[in-house]
Amino acid sequence: MLFSFTSSYAQTDQDAIMMNKNLFCTGLNYSYSSWNKYWEGTNLRDNLNIGTISTNQISVMGNYGIKDNLNILFNAPFISNKASMGVLHPASGIQDFSTWIKWMPIETSLKNGTFSLYLLGGASVPMTDYIVDYLPLSIGLKSSTVSGRLLLDYQVGKFFVTGSETYSIRGNTKLERNSYYTTSLFLTNEVSMPNVNTISLRTGYRSSVLIAEAIITDMKTLGGFDITKNNMPFPSNRMNATTIAANIKYEIQKVSGLALVGGASHVIAGRNVGQSTGFYGGFFYILDFSKKKEKKTTSDNSSTQNK
Amino acid sequence: MKQNTIKIYLAIAILTLAYCSKKITSRTDNIPALNPASNDINAGTWKTILLKRPDTFAVASPLLVTNVNYVAELNEIKGLQKNLSKEQDENIKYWAAGGVLRWNEIMRELVAKYNLPPYQNPDGTYPIPSSANPFAYPLFPFANPPYAARAYAYITAAQYDALVACWYYKKLYSRPAPYITDANIVAKIPSTTLPSYPSEAAVLAGVTAEMMKLLFPTEIGAIQLKAQAHEDAAIMSGSATRSDIAAGESLGRQIAQAFIARARTDNAGKAVGTPADWANFETSTAAKGEIPWISQDNPKRPGMLPLFGKVIPFLFDTATTRALVPPPPPLTSSDQMKKETAEVYSYTSNPTLENKQLVLFWGDGVGTYTPPGHWNAIAAEDFIPKNLSEVKWARNLALLNMSLMDAGIVCWNTKYTYYNPRPSQLNTAIKTLTGLPNFPSYISGHSTFSGAASTILGYLNPERAAVYTQMAADASKSRLVGGLHYRSDCEIGIKVGNSVGQYAVDRAKLDGAN
Repeated sequence: MLFSFTSSYAQTDQDAIMMNKNLFCTGLNYSYSSWNKYWEGTNLRDNLNIGTISTNQISVMGNYGIKDNLNILFNAPFISNKASMGVLHPASGIQDFSTWIKWMPIETSLKNGTFSLYLLGGASVPMTDYIVDYLPLSIGLKSSTVSGRLLLDYQVGKFFVTGSETYSIRGNTKLERNSYYTTSLFLTNEVSMPNVNTISLRTGYRSSVLIAEAIITDMKTLGGFDITKNNMPFPSNRMNATTIAANIKYEIQKVSGLALVGGASHVIAGRNVGQSTGFYGGFFYILDFSKKKEKKTTSDNSSTQNK
Repeated sequence: MKQNTIKIYLAIAILTLAYCSKKITSRTDNIPALNPASNDINAGTWKTILLKRPDTFAVASPLLVTNVNYVAELNEIKGLQKNLSKEQDENIKYWAAGGVLRWNEIMRELVAKYNLPPYQNPDGTYPIPSSANPFAYPLFPFANPPYAARAYAYITAAQYDALVACWYYKKLYSRPAPYITDANIVAKIPSTTLPSYPSEAAVLAGVTAEMMKLLFPTEIGAIQLKAQAHEDAAIMSGSATRSDIAAGESLGRQIAQAFIARARTDNAGKAVGTPADWANFETSTAAKGEIPWISQDNPKRPGMLPLFGKVIPFLFDTATTRALVPPPPPLTSSDQMKKETAEVYSYTSNPTLENKQLVLFWGDGVGTYTPPGHWNAIAAEDFIPKNLSEVKWARNLALLNMSLMDAGIVCWNTKYTYYNPRPSQLNTAIKTLTGLPNFPSYISGHSTFSGAASTILGYLNPERAAVYTQMAADASKSRLVGGLHYRSDCEIGIKVGNSVGQYAVDRAKLDGAN
């Protein structure tokens, strides 16, 4: 939820995959994204005073199986933004810690496949005192959030489709200055952040060795205002984005528990956001914390495979 | 069981965040009604700014309070007070905090809304906002710092003269407030013995609405609604009758004309300059062997209001403007300039969080109410607990804003006299921590504005003088550590600002308001 999008679609809070009990999956993800056009309200424009805004991001992620159908996940990113033109200083730092609880209450055979339903609850909090009033270069909006997500998955053979809807309640953020204008003047540093609703669809091939999927995500900010002509972006702008992405996850057969991920994404429509294109890659490794050293199999990280 | 616990936990977390108020409260939303410690009943004798005399514009003597038509006006108030809606009560409460304060906030809001640099034409030139065609893009005005400083000054100065005249007639005619004449009228704001004819609320509404026609022409409709709301609040609160309002609004609108006439001939209309002027700054600076300022906007944008330095000041004459322009900055090739550029680089190459926050706190750039607006906010919030009369409020803000405008004039005159390059021009490795303004470096606008504001505010509110000095130093420092200015720009800017502010202090000592 940023002016510059650097979504990684390998994040397991967005897929229909569970860690089995006592398994801990951890990983590092690197992503690069950039844009040289952005939507000022609904008007797509460039800006020669910033040129291309590029974002480098490294995230540490983890996913622990409390039970076979109950996981806890976390993600912590370091973000670095810079502009290719103009005089504005780059910005970088550790952004927000996010965590999810992922529960799969239903998994059942349906016709020729398997249907499963997931409920997720998440929260995020800024980890550092980064500057916020510096869009489009600030690394985040410094708003704490609480999110709920319903995720449905249906798999037939090796083919699957996953749909989800996420509602995020965003807490107020605080600017470094003590007054600001949105569509009226506020004499305070506190900014009310509109909530966000996101719908995502993903489909593709999923086996114990390989996942290959295409994703479309539509994020809508429920309120906020448009950037006025030639104005600066603001944290409570109505930031909408429709993003398409492709994602691959491959289990290395020789090293049990090691998986590589990679993908690309592109914002195809938006409002008050950059039209960014991104690439990412990373790896995950599964550690087994079960008392009885059960044989770890690569199918462990796909619930639909191991039941 | 565990699953239920998690569900409950999640539900609580979501509900907490949903209900723990997202509502934003501004610092002045819930302040108490203005209850002046003194009515300043003799303010009709205070020294005016443009008016020759407080009674230059005549106000007819009011009807006797026993006149049947006046009794009808009282009945109007009683009828309204019987059926006040929640909105009407809130409107009374809003304006009760002080008319000068609320109009000052409205002005700041308009400045923030209009402080947007025009987007370029397809050929890389820039369109210039036109007061003759204010609704066409680029909207008129571009309320940048010099424009804003002048707008704040004209409006507050006109408000001051109008209220001095208002007080003159109040004392002359001594018509008591409706709630004093009629025991059945409720004083919904703190009651006072200040005479109500003409209404100070209507004077303010009239003079401000009239000034706004010139300064924010696309907002006339919205302003007129606010003027109406201000007058409604005065009537419904029991503090003015229809004839108090009519006389006040008429007086305010007439006095505004004197200020509008001055504004039309103060040279601000020519401040944009011509392409020949713009080229001349560059060639004449180069001819002196100095590196001229070059716009770092892309495409290159003509410097902001290059002839604003020729605007006629309020507190002194144009010869004094020239006398207040400081000696030249260090030569662009000098060791001193190299040293100062290196110092700027040292601050920005690896900026501290504290400095980044300072820079953004005082940034006051695009889309904000500008540094003069920031000082109006500081002043207004300090005056709120002082329980000043409306006329004293207007006097203090007029002094502040005349000094800010005149500081802007001297600062801009200096900038375009020396046409000195920014640090990021001399060393392109310097990256700024906030937007780089599009005009020459020497002297710092923030520093000059702040030097002037802190000087006059220190006089008007002595117990906070040291705080204002520190604020000015912080504002000035923010431009150095933010990579926007050299140390010389900042230090000399503060001094020049102090000198300008002293003219306001000298005026304040003799204006009869002490």
